[in-house]
Amino acid sequence: MNQNSRFIVSILAFGYAFLYIPLVLVVVYSFNDSRIATVWGGFSTRWYGELMRNEQILDAAFLSLRVALTSATIATLLGTMAGLVLARFGRFKGRTLFSGMITSPMVMPEVITGLSLLLLFVTLQQFTGWPGQRGFSTITIAHTTFSMAYVAVIVQSRLLAMDESLEEAAMDLGGRPLRVVFDITLPLIAPAMIAGWLLAFTLSLDDLVIASFVSGPGSSTLPMYIFSKVKLGVSPDINALATLIIVAVSLGVLIAWLATRRAARQVRH
Amino acid sequence: MSQQPADNQLWRRIAIAVPYLWLLVFFLAPFAIILKISLADPIIAQPPFTPAFDEQGRLSASADSFAFLLTDKLYAITYIRSLIMAAAATILCLVLGFPMAYGIARSAPTTRSLLLLLIVLPFWISFLLRVYAWMGLMNNYGVINNLLMWLGLIDQPIQLMYTDFAIFIGLAYSYLPFMILPLYASLERMDLDLVEAAQDLGASRTRAFWDITWPLARPGVIAGCLLVFIPAMGEYVIPYLLGGSESLLIGRVLFDEFFVNRDWPLASAVAIVLLLLLVVPIVFLQRNQAKDQEHTA
Repeated sequence: MNQNSRFIVSILAFGYAFLYIPLVLVVVYSFNDSRIATVWGGFSTRWYGELMRNEQILDAAFLSLRVALTSATIATLLGTMAGLVLARFGRFKGRTLFSGMITSPMVMPEVITGLSLLLLFVTLQQFTGWPGQRGFSTITIAHTTFSMAYVAVIVQSRLLAMDESLEEAAMDLGGRPLRVVFDITLPLIAPAMIAGWLLAFTLSLDDLVIASFVSGPGSSTLPMYIFSKVKLGVSPDINALATLIIVAVSLGVLIAWLATRRAARQVRH
Repeated sequence: MSQQPADNQLWRRIAIAVPYLWLLVFFLAPFAIILKISLADPIIAQPPFTPAFDEQGRLSASADSFAFLLTDKLYAITYIRSLIMAAAATILCLVLGFPMAYGIARSAPTTRSLLLLLIVLPFWISFLLRVYAWMGLMNNYGVINNLLMWLGLIDQPIQLMYTDFAIFIGLAYSYLPFMILPLYASLERMDLDLVEAAQDLGASRTRAFWDITWPLARPGVIAGCLLVFIPAMGEYVIPYLLGGSESLLIGRVLFDEFFVNRDWPLASAVAIVLLLLLVVPIVFLQRNQAKDQEHTA
């Protein structure tokens, strides 16, 4: 019964074309020699060269990477704790509020999250003097807050899908709760933590709106820089940058997919 | 061994307290601050709003921003336009996403994992750059117009960019994966024998779909629709890059009130009203997820 009707197959083809044709065209046009991005002026790689010489882009990319690495790591720590609490701790006082605060950041419109965090930082600064300057630290806190929710949900669903008997057996054999967590639970949810970290990392690299709110003058992340350029229209060096990102992401995901498929096959044999 | 329960209690408390406190400070407290600032008056100062207590220590709150929001028709129209846009994009995502999710769930296991991967892949590529890709497509001299002219269907470029249509397509394009993934999750769990049994018993294909497939897919439909609708309501990047200067959506109005007009109280009031509009769908989504989780567990 693995048969799809012709109707379904054509919708699938249309859907994937809808998702991928725009991306393919960006890649094609990044090799366009013409400065006017929509007119084909022959094959060239000159925009890649200009990209590498653009120091503003490199600075912005470096800031984005630092923020993404730091916030993804903190978000994984906090999110794993939260996922563990939600999946294994049963009822406790304030649980409803807690799970509400975990799911809400994921759907909250970015303008609201961004505005609310900026106003928090401004108020904190009024009363405590911190943060004196908005930049790396404020963006990192903002990104940690929304991405820890994603980590929590991934870890929680992994724990719910896993049966509790291993942990219970370890406890019955006299394992102290903390040791059980470190020896049994954590190794079992490690794949979920890695997936969560990767998601938090990309969400951070991807964010424009929240970073625009909470960053101060002089600290632009990569999306902020890209946005300031594409506001003015299609630009060939952004096509080149987009191509680099698309190729890097696709290769990474493809390699990960092949690796998991191979691992799955080995398990079966 | 006797200290084990106490030890356990301590660790349990820490595991709850650390993420809890973080969210209270950086997620919940900011909303109280938004509410406070929405009740202030804008002034030219740093920060640009009146303090909550005046020199005499009296509480000063004014509902001027809310009054302005409610009396100026422009805001009401913008909220309604955002609502219609987000709803239209949600419907397009559902109409396209449902058969796609169904097809993916019904394909052979190896194809299935590849198809699913191709749905997730755009998530990892920058959102901004994916919206940007449409700028090159929908331009007056962009790929779509060039193709239509080459085919002889039109003689002159049609205006696609900077229209509501462009925003609609941009929203549907960006949020389609958010629709497909929850739909896939509920369709994949479904037992196909049920549909077959219904058909063996004489139900037509349409009847079998509405009586069996649709009810079983409902949690996925609800989750998918809300995951598209809620963020699309406040979208800023898509209307900014693809929409015209007069096609205002509420996310962009909030951003401009804050950054261009520097009217922080009004921007906060806009956010509060948007939040009130979204409370119902957000709570609905949470209850749906909780129910779905109980179901799996």
